Amino acid sequence: MAAGRRIDVEEVGDVTIATFVDKKILDENNIQQIGSQLFALVEEDGRKRVILDFSSVEYLSSAALGKLITMDKKVKASSGKLRLCSIRKDIYEVFAITKLNKLFDIKDTQEEALQGF
Amino acid sequence: MISAEEFDELFDEIIPSDTARGQEVQERIIALMEKYKFTERDIFSTRLALEEGIINAIKHGNRMDQNKVVQIRWAISSEKVRVVIKDQGPGFDLCDVPDPTALENLERPCGRGIMLMKAFMDLIEYSERGTILTIEKKQGSE
Repeated sequence: MAAGRRIDVEEVGDVTIATFVDKKILDENNIQQIGSQLFALVEEDGRKRVILDFSSVEYLSSAALGKLITMDKKVKASSGKLRLCSIRKDIYEVFAITKLNKLFDIKDTQEEALQGF
Repeated sequence: MISAEEFDELFDEIIPSDTARGQEVQERIIALMEKYKFTERDIFSTRLALEEGIINAIKHGNRMDQNKVVQIRWAISSEKVRVVIKDQGPGFDLCDVPDPTALENLERPCGRGIMLMKAFMDLIEYSERGTILTIEKKQGSE
């Protein structure tokens, strides 16, 4: 299957903002592609400061959480920083229930995520 | 288990160990919930649980074996929707699933599906061998 673009990448200064394109991050193939595209930001492009913007995301499964955890590890391993932002209430609940809100640095808006980053 | 007298409509589908086919069944169940005027919140919760339950059956139960199938039965009324997902895997013991929120497991990339189903559904029950999962959502429940 051809790998479609699953994230929009934008640069603000030395910060990379990756915005998810999909409303539903559920499908196994999509999740694999999202993982590869996210990891490439760190492993191939050497980006150190990454913000993941969830404003379009309406659904998220535990398999997607797994990719985010791996992304966090990769960013930390390269001495970078990862922030998550614009997570709607239902989705935030998924993070809170699994206590991943403690693992990730989560901000309400993209502006807030950019501040002091 | 699903007893027909509790529900208005009942469906039964057997799919191969293919996540795309699992998605199709998921969409049929969601469309049915919309027809029965379940709330957006109910639909969010059920979609999440269906995704986790069906994926678990295909990946962890049947180990993606194309010779194995997943049976999905679902029933709905204006009060509730119940889904029973049965795989052909060796089964598992719920007690063997580590707590994903424990500090030492927080960075493990897997093991959160069951926890999410428990949090978002009104009922989640595994059969003794762990090969049959029953989940239920009541209309308008938080």
